[in-house]
Amino acid sequence: MKFSGKRRKFLTETARTAAGVGVAALMMGFYTRQSRALPADAIRPPGAIDEDSFLGACIRCGLCVIDCPYETLSLAAAGDDVALGTPYFTARNIPCEMCQDIPCIKACPTGALDHGLEKIDDARMGLAVVIDQEACIAFQGLRCEVCFNICPIRGKAIDLDYRHNARSGKHALFIPIVHSDACTGCGKCEQACILEQAAIKVMPLSLAKGQMQGHYRLGWEEKEKAGGSLIDTEDKHEYNLPSGSRYDYEGEGLIPGEGNDVPFSDNPLDTLNGLKEGM
Amino acid sequence: MANSKAVQPGTDAIAAKGWIAAHKWLILRRISQLGILGLFLLGPLAGIWIIKGNLASSLTLDVLPLTDPYVLIQSVLAGQRPIQTAITGAVIITVFYLLVGGRTYCSWLCPINIITDAAAWLRNKLSLKGGATFSKNSRFWLLGVTLLLALMSGTIAWELVNPVSMVFRGLIFGMGMAWGIVLAIFLLDLLVSKRAWCGSLCPVGAFYSLLGHTSLLRVSAAHRENCNDCMDCFVVCPEHQVIKPALKEIPTGTGPVILFSQCTNCGRCIDVCSENVFQFDFRFNNTKTTSVANKHEVLS
Repeated sequence: MKFSGKRRKFLTETARTAAGVGVAALMMGFYTRQSRALPADAIRPPGAIDEDSFLGACIRCGLCVIDCPYETLSLAAAGDDVALGTPYFTARNIPCEMCQDIPCIKACPTGALDHGLEKIDDARMGLAVVIDQEACIAFQGLRCEVCFNICPIRGKAIDLDYRHNARSGKHALFIPIVHSDACTGCGKCEQACILEQAAIKVMPLSLAKGQMQGHYRLGWEEKEKAGGSLIDTEDKHEYNLPSGSRYDYEGEGLIPGEGNDVPFSDNPLDTLNGLKEGM
Repeated sequence: MANSKAVQPGTDAIAAKGWIAAHKWLILRRISQLGILGLFLLGPLAGIWIIKGNLASSLTLDVLPLTDPYVLIQSVLAGQRPIQTAITGAVIITVFYLLVGGRTYCSWLCPINIITDAAAWLRNKLSLKGGATFSKNSRFWLLGVTLLLALMSGTIAWELVNPVSMVFRGLIFGMGMAWGIVLAIFLLDLLVSKRAWCGSLCPVGAFYSLLGHTSLLRVSAAHRENCNDCMDCFVVCPEHQVIKPALKEIPTGTGPVILFSQCTNCGRCIDVCSENVFQFDFRFNNTKTTSVANKHEVLS
């Protein structure tokens, strides 16, 4: 096949352009995939739709950033870890103050921030997690409760669980408990945490939340729904106990046999064989 | 007379019209580019909120929404349904550029244009020649790529690398490493290839050239009979291929209006012409005169 000079030139030019643009497209494609990774401490504004859709809906105009009265929000600059031009905040620096009129959502010209979100308490920017019980001084028996007290939905999003201090034997622990059905992820607790590194941190919901399989039923909830026990309470509950140990139904629980610190043998096979033999 | 290579383009025009008149449209463009950027900066810097946002989307005086139709199209392709504010803003911008010429965006608004104009000026000043050549169609391929990437990735992929919005947004919200892009484009245009970014590669310009395909406002070589072949307009024009038919093809019956959508309406050809050949005009004033005599009759 012979090409005339003109046609040859056209084909060469087209191929050259296509190849160059192809390389550029490939690199842009890879970079696009990479830039989907949002750092765990970068939190989207209230009402932000899920991250994958957000990167398609947010047109990087910065109007939410401008209308944030507390300068909480920043727009990712070139070289930041967050996808270029998208809004985020870092709770430890400046948390969301949870304005009742949600000006950031009002400012958004697209659907990147959900305009259907009317009450800021319904926002789910993330979830506060008491992530380090070794560092949190409440777990050491010290009074703090700063995260509990600073929480804008105090008592609902964070409340205190009073527990026995087993170490001293005579004191209480005031343990902060976060409830995911109320926590908005505003980050006030993370910012206020008195530690060098916060022991309570706002994390993306996808990281912070576990989920039971759908078939799980909690007995006590089912009991409440049914209005009474679902099993015959006269039946005595039976345990398969390791040899030598016994069970105190009055409260002490499992009591290991003579000379054993732990109820089970060091060799797990013994337990299995014991079960097989019916103990 | 300016065929001599040592003479800078526009020398004759400066001699004939004075420096100001020979830079009129250039000065007006710079005022427009910097003025619009200044209006956006007035809020964050001085607390005077006339325009909020950036070129992607903005709100003027709390009532007028403006949205870049190109970024909105990418968002729609990414699977998002825009809300009314964005649609209204994009329609206003689209209508505006349908009337005044899409690539007016490039020469009267885009901050990168200042960079590439500077590179072109220095390249000419230093008499740098040659280098790589990019097909002028590359930008349309890249435009296709940006739309395809949005469709395939579900994200506005182009906005991760778009130098135009990166720089404009950066000046308002923080540049970060965006200065690197500015430098890269400057060096590309200066050393690698003449007018490479705006003239061959930029998909934003490609989009707006399509948008302004039938725009009313155009540059016209209305007095082309006065042309003295000095070539100054060809030297300064960022898309010099658009000039020749309107200026030189009188015998073929081609009208004097530059109809190519690649013309950025920058008006630099009007500035540098000592014979006042060019002027801003409307596309329908494209009377196909074949002789000088006819031309004068039509005009008078």
